[in-house]
Order: sequence, then structure tokens, then C-alpha cells
Amino acid sequence: MLDIINYDAFLFLITIFAKILVLVIPLLIIVAFLTYAERKVIAAVQLRKGPNVVGPFGLLQPLADGLKLFSKESIFPTVANKFIFILAPMVAFGLSIAAWAVIPVADGWVISNINVGILYLFAISSLSVYGIIMAGWASNSKYAFMGALRSAAQMVSYEVSIGLVIVTVLVCVGSLNLGKIVYAQQNTWFIFPLFPMFIVFFISALAETNRAPFDLPEDESSLVGGYFTEYSSMLFAMFFLGEYAAMIMMSGMTTILFLGGWLAPFDIALLNKVPGIIWFAGKTSLILFLFLWVRATFPRFRYDQLMRIGWKVFLPLSLLWVVLTSGFLIVFDLLPGNV
Amino acid sequence: MVSIFFYLFAFILIFSSVFVITAKNPVHSVFFLILSFFNATGLFVLMGAEFLAMLLLIVYVGAVAVLFLFVIMMLNIDFKSLRTGIMKNARLGLIIGVVLLAEIIFSIMGMHYGKDKILGTNLSVVSNEIENTRLLGNVLYTDYIYLFQTAGLILLVAMVGAIVLTHRKRDNVRKQDATKQVLRNKSETLNINDIEIGKGA
Repeated sequence: MLDIINYDAFLFLITIFAKILVLVIPLLIIVAFLTYAERKVIAAVQLRKGPNVVGPFGLLQPLADGLKLFSKESIFPTVANKFIFILAPMVAFGLSIAAWAVIPVADGWVISNINVGILYLFAISSLSVYGIIMAGWASNSKYAFMGALRSAAQMVSYEVSIGLVIVTVLVCVGSLNLGKIVYAQQNTWFIFPLFPMFIVFFISALAETNRAPFDLPEDESSLVGGYFTEYSSMLFAMFFLGEYAAMIMMSGMTTILFLGGWLAPFDIALLNKVPGIIWFAGKTSLILFLFLWVRATFPRFRYDQLMRIGWKVFLPLSLLWVVLTSGFLIVFDLLPGNV
Repeated sequence: MVSIFFYLFAFILIFSSVFVITAKNPVHSVFFLILSFFNATGLFVLMGAEFLAMLLLIVYVGAVAVLFLFVIMMLNIDFKSLRTGIMKNARLGLIIGVVLLAEIIFSIMGMHYGKDKILGTNLSVVSNEIENTRLLGNVLYTDYIYLFQTAGLILLVAMVGAIVLTHRKRDNVRKQDATKQVLRNKSETLNINDIEIGKGA
């Protein structure tokens, strides 16, 4: 058994572990400051100042919030199923971090450059529904359960149109590898030829991450707190961080599919000198700002309207676009060959 | 190192599938089912079948198991009465089990013998040059196009059947037409009347 664990394998594991640390630690810091950014953006939209007391410009506010959540007591409802109750936020948080394993933040800067990267991302985002269902069921509370059911139906519905949008992009690329998807956009970003799909994808991403105006799972006015009604302290914090990490993940996915990933906007030597990660981070932040802007601007959707848009508008539209795009590529003989 | 992971996945897969049957709470059974799907995905990845692995995650874990969970959570099941009557159904269960086992054994034997004869194409080519997504697509959409489309048709029939069974016409249902609501303008819906003071109803 011992000869299986040789020196190379050990070194390989250490490298992977180091890469994960280098990715996850900045990610967590960004997640923390995204909550700060959200409060600042919403404050700016509403002509307020936002957090400005803790530290310079209120920059230490996320740390203070984290400290507060740490020091609170974890409360377990007596009728809750304890094991699943604790497991649920871990699943939600862990999945949104796990997705980053395949996202290339710059040319070659990726933990695992797998052939089916986009399918992996799609799978992970469709799994994130489990954190919510588990939380809703294990809490043994009607509001939590209703929130979980709503959100499960919502996420499953919007996955369908996200899947079709991804298919549209893949037809143009000819590969499931995220790096190749980015390289296929060297001449034109896919946002230009596939603009309607970008809109569909962005709105579906809002629904998939349970963000406003589709934040029905946590609809305070009708469901108290939705699926995390019974959660407190660190378990609540994990849901919270998981939601923001999922937001960043979806923004990263939008960047890779439509905005040319780490590529510079124009193929000019001066712009190409800028490291790819800066372009990637910039584009992702732009999409994140859109998330926050939407939250500050739009009222919440009613549930039946949400379902109507998902099934009756986005699904036919994206299906039509798949057919149109592949038809166009075949007629003009632009179909990508062996990439 | 691959073999360590193989045994890890295989052990968890077998144990979690045993727990699927023995768990007292049906919801726990579904969670164990999901765990076993996950480990099957791991085994697929180890074999280099990355496309199948991701499809297993997306289709079975991401969609089918969610529906299982939905149904089981919504049903008001008496867990105790579920456990009784195991002996009554044991004979039928045993027969089904034996048939399934025999099928698995036969298909494994078939894989070793006329591989080309059964599949028509040699699928076991694991190549780093061509992604196995492309390999699968090349086979599915050429040699097996009719079977593939038939499978799709069967699913379509199942979907139409489910819709027909659950759809019912109800009277007195007030439906909203979103297009009509969005397109209507102020002059169609709003009247502004000047009412003299004291004359208003």
C-alpha cells in the first residue's frame, strides 16, 4: 500500500492544496467585502451614506459583522433534524466554493483544467439547490419548508434556460473547456452576436442565486425568512457567505461565457500587457455591480410571474436561439471543427 | 493514488446504497441515494468518462433526485407502517433482484466478449487527443441516430402523458394576460373627473 503513495503523488497533492489556498483565501476576502460593496451601492442608490463608522470609510464593517456572528449563540430548534440542519449550510457554502476549481481567472491560472469545465460549473450550480432543500426540511418549520420548496422549484426551472444558453455558446465554441471558450472570443466577445442570450443568462443567474428581484425563497413579508428562518450565528453566516460566493461564481461564469474571460477588450499590445486576472476581476466586478444595482432598483417579483418568465418566455426564446445559432453556423459554414 | 480513490469511492458507494435500503427515514434514504450518485460520479471520473460523470450529476442528482425529495417530503408517510410487510413482498423483491443481478452479469460478460459486435463501435478508446464528449457525440449522432431519436420520442410521450393526466379544465379561473397588462395605457384605464366640492358621492 505504501508504494502507491510515492513522492510525486505527495508533491502533487501539496501543489493542489497550495493552489486551493491561494484561490480560496482571496475569494473569502472578496466575499466579505462584497457585502460591504452591496451596502455601499444600495446606500448610494438611496442617497444614504452606508456603513462609514467602523474603520476608514467603514471598510472594517465586514470584519465587525463576522465577529458579531461568531459570538452569537447557535440555536437548534428542538424538533429539527440536527445532522441535516448542520449539514445544509455546509453544503451550500462548500458547493459555491467548489465551483471555483475549474474557473480560469487568467491564462492558465486554474486549479483543474478539465475538458468538461462548463458542465462541471452547471452541475455545481444545479446542486446548490440541495443546501436550501435540506435546510428547509431539517428545520421542521413551515416557513422554512415553504421557502425551500419555492426556491427548489425556482432554481430547477431557471436551470433549464441557463442550460440552453450554455448550449448556444458551446455551439459557437466547439468545446466544453472553459479555457477554449475564452480563446474562442479572441476576435469578438460572445456578448455581441449573442446579446439576447446574455440578457437571458443574466436574469436566470439572478434567479439561480436567489437574488432580488427573484429573492422569493427569503421573502420576508410572506415567509418570515424563508429557508433560513431557524438559522442563527455561524450556520446563518455560512448561508450568507454561500449566497455571495455563488453570486461571484455566476458573475465569473458570465464573464467567461460572454465577456471574453481574461482577454483584453482590444487586441492591442498595451492592453495585453495588463495581467489577465485584472481583466477577469474587472469584468466580474462589473457583473456583480449589475447584481447589486438590480437589487437596489427593482421590486420583488410575484411567484407566478417568476415561473411565467422562466417557462413561457426564457425557455422558448433560448430554445429558438439555439436553433437559429446552429442554423446560421451551418448555412455559413462557420461551425467550429476539431478545436 | 488512483487506486486509493477508487477504493474510497467504491466503499462509500456500496455502503451508502445499503443505507438507502435500510435507513428508517425515507428522506434520509434519498440523501444516501444522492451520496451514492456522487461516488458513482467519482468512479466515472477515474475511468476517464468525464462527460458521463457530469451528466450523471446534472441529470440524476441535479434534477431527478430533487423531484424524489420533493415527492417524499410532501407525502405524509407513516414511517412505521412502511417497515411492516417486508416478508410479504420478499419473494417478488427477490425475483426482481435476481433478474437485475443476472442482467448486470450478462452485460459485463458481453463487454468482454464481442465488444465490437454489440456496440458496433469500439467505445473503449480513451484518447487524450479527442475529448470523450466528441467521441460519444460522433457515435450517438451517426450509428445510433434512430435509437437516440426514438429514446427522445419516448420521453416526449411520457411528458405529454403526464400533462394530459394532470391537466384539468376548471371553471371560474381568472387568468392574467401579461402582454395585455403591459400594453394597456393610461387612457384605457384611468378617468380623471372634476368633482365640485360637496357633490362627490
